[in-house]
Amino acid sequence: MSETILSPAEAVKRPLGLYLHIPFCKRKCLYCDFLSAPAANGVIADYVEALIAQISQEAAQYRDYVVRTVFFGGGTPSLLSVSQMERIMKRIFMSFEVAKDAEITMESNPGTLDFEALKGYRNAGINRLSLGLQSACDAELQALGRIHSYSDFLENFHGAREAGFTNINVDLMSALPGQSLAGWLDTLKKVAELGPEHISAYSLIIEEGTPFWERYRDCGDSRKESEERCGSRPRQHDQNDGFGEKQPHWPALPDEDEERLMYEQTETLLQSYGYHRYEISNYAKAGKECLHNKGYWRRTDYLGLGLGAASLVKNMRWKMTDDLEAYQKVFHTEKSGRQSCREDVQVLTKAEQMEEFMFLGLRLTEGISAEEFEKQFGIGIRKVYGPVLDRLKKDELLTGLADGNMLKLTPRGVDLSNYVLAQFLLEEEE
Amino acid sequence: MAVINQSNIRNFCIIAHIDHGKSTLADRIIEKTGLLTSREMQEQVLDNMDLERERGITIKSQAVRTIYQAKDGEEYIFNLIDTPGHVDFNYEVSRALAACDGAVLVVDAAQGIEAQTLANVYLALDHDLEVFPVINKIDLPSAEPERVKEEIEDIIGLDASDAPLISAKNGLNIEDVLEQIVTKIPAPGGSMDNPLQALIFDSLYDPYKGVIVFFRIMEGKVQKGTKVKMMATGAVFDVVEVGYFGAGQFIPCEELSAGMVGYLTASIKNVKDTRVGDTITNADRPCSQPLPGYKKVNPMVYCGMYPADGAKYPDLRDALEKLQLNDASLFYEPETSIALGFGFRCGFLGLLHLEIIQERLEREYNLDLVTTAPGVVYRVHKTSGEMIELTNPSNLPDPSEIDYMEEPIVSAEIMVTTEFIGPIMELCQERRGRYLGMEYMEETRALLKYELPLNEIIYDFFDALKSRSRGYASFDYEIKGYEQSELVKLDILINKEEVDALSFIVHKASAYERGRKMCEKLKDEIPRHLFEIPIQAAVGGKVIARETVKAMRKDVLAKCYGGDITRKKKLLEKQKEGKKRMRQIGNVEIPQKAFMSVLKLDDK
Repeated sequence: MSETILSPAEAVKRPLGLYLHIPFCKRKCLYCDFLSAPAANGVIADYVEALIAQISQEAAQYRDYVVRTVFFGGGTPSLLSVSQMERIMKRIFMSFEVAKDAEITMESNPGTLDFEALKGYRNAGINRLSLGLQSACDAELQALGRIHSYSDFLENFHGAREAGFTNINVDLMSALPGQSLAGWLDTLKKVAELGPEHISAYSLIIEEGTPFWERYRDCGDSRKESEERCGSRPRQHDQNDGFGEKQPHWPALPDEDEERLMYEQTETLLQSYGYHRYEISNYAKAGKECLHNKGYWRRTDYLGLGLGAASLVKNMRWKMTDDLEAYQKVFHTEKSGRQSCREDVQVLTKAEQMEEFMFLGLRLTEGISAEEFEKQFGIGIRKVYGPVLDRLKKDELLTGLADGNMLKLTPRGVDLSNYVLAQFLLEEEE
Repeated sequence: MAVINQSNIRNFCIIAHIDHGKSTLADRIIEKTGLLTSREMQEQVLDNMDLERERGITIKSQAVRTIYQAKDGEEYIFNLIDTPGHVDFNYEVSRALAACDGAVLVVDAAQGIEAQTLANVYLALDHDLEVFPVINKIDLPSAEPERVKEEIEDIIGLDASDAPLISAKNGLNIEDVLEQIVTKIPAPGGSMDNPLQALIFDSLYDPYKGVIVFFRIMEGKVQKGTKVKMMATGAVFDVVEVGYFGAGQFIPCEELSAGMVGYLTASIKNVKDTRVGDTITNADRPCSQPLPGYKKVNPMVYCGMYPADGAKYPDLRDALEKLQLNDASLFYEPETSIALGFGFRCGFLGLLHLEIIQERLEREYNLDLVTTAPGVVYRVHKTSGEMIELTNPSNLPDPSEIDYMEEPIVSAEIMVTTEFIGPIMELCQERRGRYLGMEYMEETRALLKYELPLNEIIYDFFDALKSRSRGYASFDYEIKGYEQSELVKLDILINKEEVDALSFIVHKASAYERGRKMCEKLKDEIPRHLFEIPIQAAVGGKVIARETVKAMRKDVLAKCYGGDITRKKKLLEKQKEGKKRMRQIGNVEIPQKAFMSVLKLDDK
């Protein structure tokens, strides 16, 4: 699966992705259930020290790896100052062997960026910028509880180009409160015309524990008919949602049919602008697929650094604690350590590895390779999944290529991917 | 304890309308007689099943022996036998009463006599019990003890002039009750020198001791080693242990003799050998006559019970067998459903009884059950002149073979305060009730008399009654007999296939309404599939209602951030787990709770 040319030294080493979590934001968006919260500058500064300490401590165990991708996720990584980012980057390059052409992405949010900062991040080594736009409609942005307007984004986008970012992703979301099909297509067109190299187009998911859940939980059931949709009821003003006057009402979610149209027309529209879909929610111009995310689907090893970050190394999965205090206690100076902040450590059984191979790999448009399956697990794919594959093929949810090697979801299989992917979970042996 | 004088034994029960404080009084009696210290008292010690405590009702008869130091200086043994109050459990009441010599009648000082007060008093008098009244809840502001005393004398004809005025809750005047138990309830008769003659009033299966038989000795005595014979079944056993009932435990003793209440074990493995209601006697010196049998009851409500996991069928069979030992009124026989596989057709005294058995199977035996819609026993008269009793709608003969059908009718008495007469009469009309008359018990309360089809009251009649009378109405019924009725079988078709487990018999006039509700309910319960699923209700092949479960079109988990694969897998697992609790009918997967949802058709 190598996509870039490796130097002879790099070729013998295992590829590694680094994920660094920045759990801070200016303000929590109403739909967000990620590990992130507003924080004072001092807290962020302490966190950066801990993160640097963790990088130094963990790196020693990855001597036989070469870092191919780095991804700063959040939260809002652009809340870090340029000098903080420089220090982290420097420490990564000091501690790990990083490929010359490594893809180094930073997520950011309009409203936290200016031209100086963009230049600074670029100079610090970030070569791929991800901008969390979500929508080109200011009313929709407001309904989401976003802190920026569309014009803020435009300024940042052009600024990023000027600062030298030649690889930019824009995050968008459909099925937003108050969004119409026309509104969604308008957002897509506006962004596609700007020509970022990559577009992520997600559907809004109403997650538990968010203000949206409290408001829309009963509306998110996809089985509800359009006339039963709620959300347009005026909101009681005496109820304190933490956003008070800025959130005068909660617009209705699009109904099921409209949501489906949004979803269907996304691919067609983006294709006409030269984007190809390579994963369920991700579109890219030729050669600009996000290598880091592809690593997740292909199960290459990755190390998660920072609060709550997930790792997969040599078929072992774990997560960092999501308790900020505990994390900082362990990584407060570079010499400490010994203790671990790892949680949910799980050594994957062969069956679990096979399940992951299938349900992660099939998210990718190119699908999975039967040959690769046999090579990795020493058993034919049909021996494990024969009846499932036949059934899904019969239902036209899965298709095999002519050479019989690659298997991928049909367009309908993509629509029903949860249903399809769940079929690949194996019964537990008792 | 030293020698027990038979004249110092009092075997009694407490009878009351539901909520009038029977269990609380039982607690107080146990407390005041010093069997337990106050600290040991749990709330309602007699109700030892979790389920009973949660529902606040008494399901199983239980017995407890306590010792009371009376004012005459003597020590008395009290055997208190607890009885259920709900109308479904009249059979259990009758078993418990047969073991007693007297009964304490508890009447609520505010509510006075209720329908079940009367039913239970008559039952007690039928068993020749000495009954004396106690007026409870006199601490309530609305208490009217004098009015209630009058009521007792007028309606029941019991002397209430010296009825103790108590508050079981606050422990007020409990001494008076204890003294009256001594003075008003007779000591048991019988002689320990006669051949053994003991009545089985309950039993329990214990995995270590085998069947534990609860009995009351009328004549003779029994001890370890006694060779006993069950008169009805003829089975002979050597007694391993005899004893009496502490609070929630068995206390072994040397010997039990005439007038006493206790238990025995005899390594009895086969539950069918010890029928409740049977008489125990000496194997080598039998008594001349068995004791008069219990009031025999027939199950009134039937439904199918199936293990959610087909492999658990033997477990369900074993569990039912054991429950039947504890609950003689439970009936079951194997049946097979196309939709649900192997299971049992079970018969119950009423819907509450059904629910309780279902919950006990699930809780105590860890079984996951699918229950079909409950129905009553219909009589189908065929053109050939043959009559069959129908307990499973699937067995209904072809309409061309049916001459006519009959359904059971009950005579119902509903006690209600006058302000709710209107709404309650309306309810009875809706349920095809036939108005027989109304009697004013006093100015503000009336007794409504109706005849109602049993199949109209087994679903949710109690709930409807309570909600339309704000809880004030009480209800009692007895089976009157069978009447010809225009009945039809309502079939449910899912994706054009008839699902036998969802069929039920209904009056022609209600068929459309029920069919429509059923389709709506199923539409909500059946998840979307890859294809569209029609849900139809049909009578005699003619579709009368239809709903559609649309095809699944979109089910995407769009986002998967930060490499947290574990969380994504959990979501997929949840999806897959949901499928496990489904039943495959044709190519449609139906969640198990869909079969249960028909039980709750009338939920508003």
